[in-house]
Amino acid sequence: MRHLKVGEEISYTGKLYTARDQAHKRLVEAIHSHKSLPIELKGSIIYYCGPTETPRGKIIGSCGPTTSSRMDGFTLPLLKLGLSAMIGKGNRSPEVIAAIRKYQAVYFVTYSGCGALLTRQIKKKTLVAYADLGPEAIYELEVKDFPLIVAVDSQGNSIYKPGFC
Amino acid sequence: MREIKADKVRDAAADLAKEANFVLRKDVLDALKSALAKETDNRARKILKAIINNAEIAKKEKLAICQDTGLPVVFGEIGQEARITGGSLQGAISQGLELGYARGNLRRSIVKDPLSRGGSGFTPLEAGCRRQPSDASGVLPLTGFIPAIIHTEIVKGDKIKLSLLPKGFGCENKSQIRMFKPTASIEEIKRFILEAVEKAGPDACPPFVLGIGIGGTQDYAAFLAKKALLNKIKNQKSKIKNTNQKIYKLEIELLKEINNLRIGPMGLGGKTTCLGVNILSYPTHIAGLPVAINISCHALRSAVKIL
Repeated sequence: MRHLKVGEEISYTGKLYTARDQAHKRLVEAIHSHKSLPIELKGSIIYYCGPTETPRGKIIGSCGPTTSSRMDGFTLPLLKLGLSAMIGKGNRSPEVIAAIRKYQAVYFVTYSGCGALLTRQIKKKTLVAYADLGPEAIYELEVKDFPLIVAVDSQGNSIYKPGFC
Repeated sequence: MREIKADKVRDAAADLAKEANFVLRKDVLDALKSALAKETDNRARKILKAIINNAEIAKKEKLAICQDTGLPVVFGEIGQEARITGGSLQGAISQGLELGYARGNLRRSIVKDPLSRGGSGFTPLEAGCRRQPSDASGVLPLTGFIPAIIHTEIVKGDKIKLSLLPKGFGCENKSQIRMFKPTASIEEIKRFILEAVEKAGPDACPPFVLGIGIGGTQDYAAFLAKKALLNKIKNQKSKIKNTNQKIYKLEIELLKEINNLRIGPMGLGGKTTCLGVNILSYPTHIAGLPVAINISCHALRSAVKIL
């Protein structure tokens, strides 16, 4: 991860965990109250995604990225516990960018608003935690050739012009 | 009076939910294709191709164009000679959307309480509570909760026209309104709009379509901005022109100036930041000049049915 440079495009094959607003809130609450976490953060990749319901005969429904900046306030504790990468859309706060550098993580973006296209790269979906959150639950996804663009590299370089939210 | 059964309204709403979410509007798809033809930045071209490809896959495989299937906003033009029998208009629309969202596997993105965030409108299918069809029709039992926002207008005639705009919140979150002084210049208004687009940046999934409401009251300008997104989008080549020449000129100028920001698809640069600017205006008070901007992502979805 730490060798990737901002702007670089890669195809990722491996595992991801989906988590968005409410799952982040719960993870961080669990960390603060010293409770065990439903996923191992060390070395993991979190994908900011809440898929549609799965149509019959398919592995997953439409599954594109959601706005990453909404997760900024919850990201530092996760990076501290070893989260290695995040996938979403849009810019990150200066605090998150600094933490990405500090903990040698990476922030990727993927095709936004292309949830139907991205279903083709998902090979398996397993519910892991917070089932009551429905589309906001944590799922483990096995992906093949998932398209990623390095938006913030481990040196803290960002692909976005400063000033964008 | 012409009678229209509530069941028909329900079925139309169900069809609209699926059509709007599976099939990208032709004017939007055409605008994307014409943007691709003009785009010179390699990455922007690649992203535009992915967006067009995504629309084709969604249509073919009956998948949502975007997983954010939005908060459904319905615009109803109700003919004053039409009468709904066997149920209420609002009930029939809500029930129809519920059916359409369930049958189409569209995400229930609505929470009942905006503060506690509780009581979400979805049924957790994945949590081992898979709903079983209650009868031979194969229709899943309904959660009875899909609170559309419904704007109705009474018009001449005996027909009912329903337009559904499922609005995703990545871009809705970036929408803005400002109450200008009546003496404000066009330049000040333009600056406000350009700043709103810059603030939306990569988060709101550019290339955008902009709905702008000018005039009326604060709430009416916001309504017009949203309603403007229903209109076919225009670009420099388009034959559709706003009948108001001053407004038409503003639309064209804004489109050009927004594209000069070079935010580009996904905010990663390029010529294509905006696919179209649609303005609706209305008379206003001598003391004010409300301007509202409703930003749509590139997946501007809507569908229309006339009953």
